[in-house]
Amino acid sequence: MQRVKNWQPLTNVTPDLAIRCRALVKRYGDVVAVNGLDLEVRRGECFGLLGPNGAGKTTTLEILEGLTEPTAGEVEVLGRRWTTDAGALRERLGITLQETRLPERLTVAEIVTLFRSFYAGGLPVDEVIDLVALGEKRGAWYDKLSGGQKQRLAVACALVGDPELLFLDEPTTGLDPQSRRQLWEVVEGLRGAGKTVLLTTHYMDEAERLCDRVAIVDHGQVIALGTPRELIARVEGHEVVEFAANGATLDPTALGQLPGTRGVRAARGGFALVVDRVHLTVPALLDYLELKGAPLERLSTHSATLEDVFVALTGRHLRDE
Amino acid sequence: MSSLWQLTLTRVRLFFREPSAVFWTFGFPILITIALGVAFRNRPPEPARVAVQAGEGASAALAALRADPRLQARLVSAADAPAALRSGSVAMVVVPGSPTRYLHDPTRPESRLARAFADDALQRAAGRKDPLAFEDVRVVEPGSRYIDFLVPGLIGMNIMSSGMWGIAWVIVETRQKKLLRRLVATPMRRGQFLVSFVLLRMLFLFLELPVLLGFAALVFHVAVRGSLVLLVALALLGALAFSGLGLLVAARAQNSQTASGLINLVMMPMFILSGVFFSAANFPDLMQPFVRALPLTALNDAMRAVMNEGAGIAAVAPQAALLAGVASVTFALALRWFRWT
Repeated sequence: MQRVKNWQPLTNVTPDLAIRCRALVKRYGDVVAVNGLDLEVRRGECFGLLGPNGAGKTTTLEILEGLTEPTAGEVEVLGRRWTTDAGALRERLGITLQETRLPERLTVAEIVTLFRSFYAGGLPVDEVIDLVALGEKRGAWYDKLSGGQKQRLAVACALVGDPELLFLDEPTTGLDPQSRRQLWEVVEGLRGAGKTVLLTTHYMDEAERLCDRVAIVDHGQVIALGTPRELIARVEGHEVVEFAANGATLDPTALGQLPGTRGVRAARGGFALVVDRVHLTVPALLDYLELKGAPLERLSTHSATLEDVFVALTGRHLRDE
Repeated sequence: MSSLWQLTLTRVRLFFREPSAVFWTFGFPILITIALGVAFRNRPPEPARVAVQAGEGASAALAALRADPRLQARLVSAADAPAALRSGSVAMVVVPGSPTRYLHDPTRPESRLARAFADDALQRAAGRKDPLAFEDVRVVEPGSRYIDFLVPGLIGMNIMSSGMWGIAWVIVETRQKKLLRRLVATPMRRGQFLVSFVLLRMLFLFLELPVLLGFAALVFHVAVRGSLVLLVALALLGALAFSGLGLLVAARAQNSQTASGLINLVMMPMFILSGVFFSAANFPDLMQPFVRALPLTALNDAMRAVMNEGAGIAAVAPQAALLAGVASVTFALALRWFRWT
């Protein structure tokens, strides 16, 4: 393993860090999944890794979880290292993976009981099942659960050992809006209980709602780090005006010169203007469109989101739409 | 709340909640036993079929032949006699006269048998006295019937296939579903995960063996002449050997297609060569060293020896040693090569 200069020895590690990794690299043949990633997660915070598919979020998580060996770099989890303390570490971590399929013909209670048996200490099975709001499904077979219920059961399996640190890999991907909200409530409950949570997501609303701090990951590196509010504040202009118009071809340069406008980009068949004064930009935009003889198809404004941060940083969207 | 107990309990639950697994383990061997037991049941010996050619002295000869229960006789015309012989509807034709002629093909065993029985009947009718007094005693040695041969072979086959499918298939499926990866992320002891599969095989032997042996004893009067304890010990050893092979097959395979290919690759030669349905001694001498080295051959031979010949522990020691060897080598290799993540 490659040693990084200035890496502080274990004794100097500040005790309030749950995760610390430095210059993390993972290569699969010629493909570089993680490319010198640095990360510090404090105890008691909910930390989000936000990025598009293939950004290296899952690989990073699996290295932190001790399931994948890094090609290079240093990792400390709860002040310990996987190479020397794997057994003790596993007792203190709770994990959900993407796309784990549990045995179809076991009940919710049987599955949680099985996972409970692996841990020396932990929570009562019934308590954990209630915590993820699956009390009514206690006796139901796994294959009879909905996608959201399966995902909450996965969280129950992660919680039953009463972990200090939780890893949730895309916990709401593929879920309907209601199931997502139910799962958010579970995560908010954990955050309230003082657990450290590291989650990955490519939903910016999820990161904004759940996370104390967010690292935006792209091409295996952290390209921005901070609270959701700080990151959004970095976007020049705090509001976004999205519109689409029929007819004439519009000139992005001309749009960029509208009053109060700080940036222009193509978005969903139309344009998105990053602005700092909506009340100046919108009337000017309407005048301009009338002049061009291009009637509006749609117009909306919203506050800048982490999505806009990502676009501002990379020129690409989080999800290909 | 021990995790080994929970893991084993999970395996038991999943087995009994999968109807097809229950059928292949318990129902299928019983169905085979019934089918083959009926097909190869012992029948009273068939009488030899002979004909008398019409002509002078034919009715006297016919009466003498019909008096013998070993023979079934009818009359044919001289014109029909060659066709009857050719079609095999009779094994020989008697042409009365002086001398009486026996038309038959001595290269066919049933013709020679018919000739011997018919000659015997005709000579006695003609006044032959046997100088030696004798008595026929019918003896059917238990353990010598086909069903007696078959049942130990079926038990062996069952031990092999439930070891391979019940361990290799299930482990690879667990890996394919990423469940193995999830389990490895917990403090679960990896050894216990593997031991739970082997424990399940051992436990199930105590269900499979009584079901199969009990059925064979009740319906076909198949008995265990040797020690039942020795038989169970051999079955356990066999289950260990095939558990090891199952773990070895499961060590690296990433998906169930690969697994089923490997399982068939391991099982097919033993199905054919290891004497499940017919004796492995039928294969040429050149192949015997290979056939004898197969674990299923060892298991079948040893169980047959105990069940049908009442063999003791010394007689089956070589086979037991081979099974123990296979078990230790496969377990060691499987543990070394097993892919957890």
